[in-house]
Amino acid sequence: MSLIHVTAEVNGDRTEFLCDAEETLLDALRDRLGLTGAKEGCASGDCGACSVVLDGRLVCACLVLAAEAEGRAVETIEGMADGDGLHPLQRKFLELGALQCGVCTPGFLVAAKALLEENPEPSESEVRYWLAGNLCRCTGYDKIIRAVMETAADMRGA
Amino acid sequence: MDLELTRRTVFDKVGTRPVRPDGTDKVTGRALYGADLTRPDMLVGRVLRSPHAHARILSIDVSKAEALEGVKAVVTRDDFPDLSAEQTVKGEDEENLRDVSRNVMARDKALYEGHAIAAVAATSAPVARRALALIDVAFEVLPHVIDVDEAMKPGAPVLHEDMFTAGLDPAPTEPSNVAEYLKIGMGDVDAGFAEADIVVERDFRTEAAHQGYIEPHACVASVSSDGLAELWCCTQGHYSVRSMCAAILGMDLSSLRVTSSEIGGGFGGKTTVFLEPVALALSRKSGRPVKMTMSRSEVFRGSGPTSSTSMSVRMGATRDGRITACEASFRYQGGAFAGSPVSYGAVCGMAPYECPNVVLHCYDVVVNRPKAAAYRAPGAPMAAFAIESVLDEIAGRLDLDPIELRLRNAVREGGSSVYGPTFGPIGFVECLEAARSHPGQAAKLAAHQARGVAAGFWPNYGGQTSVSVNVNPDGTVLVSLGTPDIGGSRASMCLMAAEELGIAYGRVKAVIADTSALAHNDTTGGSRVTHSAGLATIEASRRVIETMKERAARLWDVDVEAVVWEDGAVRPSGANAGGHEPLGFDELAALAPSTGGPIAGHAEINAEGAGASFAVHVADLEVDPETGRVTILRYLAVQDAGKAIHPDYVEGQYQGGAVQGIGWALNEEYIYGEDGVLQNPGFLDYRIPVASDLPMIDTVIVEVPNPGHPYGVRGVGETPIVPPLAAVANAVSRAVGRRMTDIPMSPPRILEAIDGAS
Amino acid sequence: MRYEAPRTLEEATAMLAAGGARVLAGGTDLLVQLRSGMVEPDLVVDIKRIPGMTEIAVDDGGWRIGAAVSAAALAGHGGVRRAWPGVVESVELIGSTQIQGRATMAGNLCNASPAADSVPAMIAAGAVVRIAGPGGTVRDVPVEEVATAPGRTSLTAGELVVSVFLPPPEAATGDAYLRLIPRTEMDIAVAGAAVSVVLDGNGRCARARVVLGAVGPRALAVPRGADALVGTALDDTALAALAAAASAAARPIDDKRGTAAYRTKVAGVLARRAAVLAGRRAGERS
Repeated sequence: MSLIHVTAEVNGDRTEFLCDAEETLLDALRDRLGLTGAKEGCASGDCGACSVVLDGRLVCACLVLAAEAEGRAVETIEGMADGDGLHPLQRKFLELGALQCGVCTPGFLVAAKALLEENPEPSESEVRYWLAGNLCRCTGYDKIIRAVMETAADMRGA
Repeated sequence: MDLELTRRTVFDKVGTRPVRPDGTDKVTGRALYGADLTRPDMLVGRVLRSPHAHARILSIDVSKAEALEGVKAVVTRDDFPDLSAEQTVKGEDEENLRDVSRNVMARDKALYEGHAIAAVAATSAPVARRALALIDVAFEVLPHVIDVDEAMKPGAPVLHEDMFTAGLDPAPTEPSNVAEYLKIGMGDVDAGFAEADIVVERDFRTEAAHQGYIEPHACVASVSSDGLAELWCCTQGHYSVRSMCAAILGMDLSSLRVTSSEIGGGFGGKTTVFLEPVALALSRKSGRPVKMTMSRSEVFRGSGPTSSTSMSVRMGATRDGRITACEASFRYQGGAFAGSPVSYGAVCGMAPYECPNVVLHCYDVVVNRPKAAAYRAPGAPMAAFAIESVLDEIAGRLDLDPIELRLRNAVREGGSSVYGPTFGPIGFVECLEAARSHPGQAAKLAAHQARGVAAGFWPNYGGQTSVSVNVNPDGTVLVSLGTPDIGGSRASMCLMAAEELGIAYGRVKAVIADTSALAHNDTTGGSRVTHSAGLATIEASRRVIETMKERAARLWDVDVEAVVWEDGAVRPSGANAGGHEPLGFDELAALAPSTGGPIAGHAEINAEGAGASFAVHVADLEVDPETGRVTILRYLAVQDAGKAIHPDYVEGQYQGGAVQGIGWALNEEYIYGEDGVLQNPGFLDYRIPVASDLPMIDTVIVEVPNPGHPYGVRGVGETPIVPPLAAVANAVSRAVGRRMTDIPMSPPRILEAIDGAS
Repeated sequence: MRYEAPRTLEEATAMLAAGGARVLAGGTDLLVQLRSGMVEPDLVVDIKRIPGMTEIAVDDGGWRIGAAVSAAALAGHGGVRRAWPGVVESVELIGSTQIQGRATMAGNLCNASPAADSVPAMIAAGAVVRIAGPGGTVRDVPVEEVATAPGRTSLTAGELVVSVFLPPPEAATGDAYLRLIPRTEMDIAVAGAAVSVVLDGNGRCARARVVLGAVGPRALAVPRGADALVGTALDDTALAALAAAASAAARPIDDKRGTAAYRTKVAGVLARRAAVLAGRRAGERS
C-alpha cells in the first residue's frame, strides 16, 4: 500500500510528510518528524500526554489520523517557546517545581496554554476540570494547578 | 577527618527552591524519555502475550512468522538460558533471577494473562503485529486462581509444582501456592490481651493497584557482532538492569553498557526488567538495533502491580488508650512468583507504635497474576490500612481523639517497636503534634462529612552509590550520578554540591551517567537517593576541597595543614603560613593544569544511617449518601524530612504520594473476569485520580535531623503513600457510620455500607 | 486500510456502500477501536470535508447540528445551550477537553454504547437525526430508533448520519442530564438519566420525558417515570414516584463499572435529581 502524502503547518512551518493510513498524528509527529515532545501514555485519549492543538482546538494526537492533518495547522510543545524565550507557563512550571518526572509536562503545558487563550481568568475548579484529561501520577496536581492559576494572574497583570 | 559525616546545620543554599537543572528540557519537550530515542536501521520489537491466566505451553511454532517479509528475528523461551534458582541480583529487593527470567519470557507455563510467550523484531510496527498473529502456540489451559485467599486453600490450582511452603515446621510434603510463612513478633500476646480492657478484631482486604507511571516501559537495544551491547531504557536502576540482562543472556557486565533515559515515573515499577532482555535477544539475533515499547494495556497486563491482600488484625488496648497487644495475619499475593512484600508491610504497619506484645503472621502467596513489582513503600500501605483502621476503631470506642491515641503509643527517640532497632532521633511525635495544631483541624464538618487520621512509616534505605564531582577549568562543576532522577534529585545534588563548594547553585550541573562512567550504583528506590547519593555528593565535594587545599599549599609551598577552606576560598591558616591572598574556587580551578592536573572528587560508599520517616495524614471528605460517591474536601500530609534539601520536591513527594494513596483507597483496582483475564487494562477503567477529583494537598515539612546524614536528610519518597488508604477509610467509616474494611471504597461498596448501616 | 476524505455526500455514501468501511467524524471511538484491533476496516471515510458536516444551522426554529460538529464547537454555541442546556451538558460530559475538541454527538449516537452520555438527553429533547444513503436518499429518524443494541445501529449499508436536529423547545421547557461516575471526569457513565419537562401556566408539569442510560442495552425511555411527573408541581411525592419508576425500569448488568443493584438504585436517584434541575430550568423560562 502506498503512503499518503500530507502537507500541514506544524508550529508555523509548512511541513510535508508521508504516512500510512492507519498512522496517528502522534506517530507521524514522533516517528516521521522527530517531534518527540508529545508522548504516548495510553494511545486511547485517556492521559493527555500527547496533547496538541489542531486548527485551534486542543486534541489528543493519538486520536487523530495523520492523514487528517492535510491542510491543517498543528501546534506542539516544541513550538511553545518563542526562540529561547520560554512561554510564561513554562517559566512558572519551572519556578514552582510543577513537575517531577516531567513526562506529562508537555501535555499539561499545551493544554494549559489552550485554556488561558480561551479563558484568561479561570477559577481553580475551571483549571482542574479543563486539565482533567491530563494525567499526572507524580505531583498530585497541586503545584500544576497553582502554576496555571499564577500564570493566568501574571498574564492578566502584564 | 571523617569526610562523610561532618555535620552542617547552617545552610546557604540547601532549603531554597531554585529551578532544576533539567527543567528547561522538560518544559520544552526536548528531554528524551525511553521511547524517544531512534537509531538508524532500527527494528520494531513486539511481544506475544498469553491470552490465558494459566496454561501449559505445549509448543511454539514461529516458522510462519519468520517467513513473513520484514520480520528479522523471532525469540521464544529457546533463546534464553534456563537459570538456576540460586542466582540472585540485589536490587531494591533481592531478585531471584530464575523468576525474573521466567517472567520476562515464559518457559513451560504461562502463569498469567499477559505473560510474554514470544517476541518479534520487524521493519515496522504493522509487520510486527501481523507476525505475532502468525505465531502458533499450543496451550493446554489449566485451572487458574486469582484471589489470595482462594490460592491458599487446599485443592487450589497450584502454580509451581516445586513450591513447598518455607518456614513451616514440619516442612510440608505437598506443593502449595504459599511460598513462605514468616512469623515476626515480640513479647507475650496472650498476656497483652489479658491486660486489655477492649479488644478489636477485624478482617480487611485490598485490591491490587498499579504504579500507574504515565510513561510505558520502553527501550532500544543494540548488540554488535562482537558481543558488545548498548541498551537505552527508562529505568530506576540502569546498573541492576545491566546485572539482570547480563545474567539472563549470559553476558559479561563489561560488555553491556546501559544508559538510563529520562524516566517518566516509576514508583518502584521500573526497578526490574521486562522488555530489556528481550530487546537485547532480538537485536543479537537480527544484528540490528531494536526498539520496544509497551502499550498501556501491556503495562497493566505485563508489568508489575502491587499485591492484593487479605488481612486480619486483633488489637487490645487499655481504657486509657495504651495498646497492649496486637496479633495479625497478613496474606499478600505477589503475582505468579514468590516475593510479595508481606513482611515489609507487616512490620511497617506496627512500626510507629510501642506495643510490647506483637505477633505478625506473614504469608507470601502466588496467584495467576502478573509478578508483583515494588510500588512505593512496598507492602506498607495495606498493612497500615488494617492497623490504622483498628486504631481508629479503638479511638472511637474509647472516645479518644485519634491523634491523641497515637500520641499515647507513639515511638520516640530511644524507644523501639516490632520493627526492631532502637530509634534514634525521629519525628513521629512532632508530626502528630503538627497535624493536631494545623488550622485544618478547626474546619467545621457538615452532615455526611468526616475527618480521618492515619500515620505511616517507612524505614528508608541507604545502599551503594558512586558519585563523581568534576571541576571544570572555568570553575563550573559537573556532578555525575548513577541514580536515575525520577523526581528532581539532580536539583538536590546540585544544591548539596554548591553548599559544600561554596559556589553559586547555577555553577553546578548534574547528569545521570551511563553504566560505563561510574562504579556500581544501587537502584533509585527505597527513598535512598537524596540520602545516599546526597551523602556521596557531599563526600566527593569535600574531596574536591581537600584537593584544592593541597593545590594551594603546593603553590604557596606550605604544608597542607597550614591552609584552611573558608567562605569558598583557600586561605593561610594563620600568620605562620605566610601572607598569601586567598585563592577562590574559580582561581584554583583555572590553576589546575599547573598545580597537578584535573580536579575531581569521587565517593564510592555503601550508605548506612538512612533515618526512618514518619508521616501523619488527615483527610476531610464528604460522602453522597444516595450514591456513595466520595469528595475529598481537604487533605493534609505532615511528614518528617529530616532536612528538606529542595522543599518544592519534598512537598511534591508528599502531595504525589498522598494522591496515589487516595486513588488506591477510592477507585483503583485490578478487576478480573471469571476467565482470569484482566478487565480494565487501561486508564479509562483503571481510574487514577484526575485533577478535578482533588483539592490542594496541604503539606507540613517536619525537620528532625537524621544523624546518619551530614545535613540531616531522611528519604521522603515512600512514606507519603502509607497513610492515605487508612486516612480515607477512617474518614469514610466515620461519615457512613460503618467500618470500611475493603479497598477500594468505590461508590457501590460505600452505598452498600450505607444501606447496611441504616 | 485506506483513508479517504470525500468532498460530497454522494461520494461518501458510495464509498460506504462498497462495504468494509467505517465513518470517521471525531474519531474518538474509532481510533481506539482501530488501535486495539477491535475493528479492521478496509477503508476509513473522513466526513469532515463534506460541506455542512461541521456547521450548526438554524432550521425551522430549531438547530441542525452537522454530524462532525465537535463537542467543543457545540458547547460554544449560545443558541443551542440556551434552548437545550441538558443536551449540551450531556455532550460536554463526554471525555476530556481534548476529547471535546473532536467528539461528536452523531458519533456518540452511532457508536451505540449503552452508556453514551448524549443519547438519553437527545431522546428527552425529541431530537431527530437525518440519515443519507446511496443514490441521494435521505430519511429523518428519531434518535431513539438509531441504536438497536450495544455497538449496533439501524443504519443500513452506505448510510450515514448527516445531522442531528434539535427542535425549538416549547415555552417553559427545561432539560437536564446527570450521570454517575466514580471520578469527576474521564469515566464512562455507570448510570445516567435525562429528563425534560414542560410546565403549564400554573407551574405544573404538562409533559415530561425521562430517559435512562447505562442501565440497559440501549438508552431506555421510562414513560412511567414521565407519568409520575405529569400533573404535579414536581413535589417530593412525584419525585419519589419518578425515582421508583426509574429504578423499576432499569435493566442493568453487573460489570467492571458497577453492579446491577447499584445501577438500579442510582438510576432512580439521578432521575430525581435531573427532574429537579429540569424543573428549575423550566420554571426560569415560564
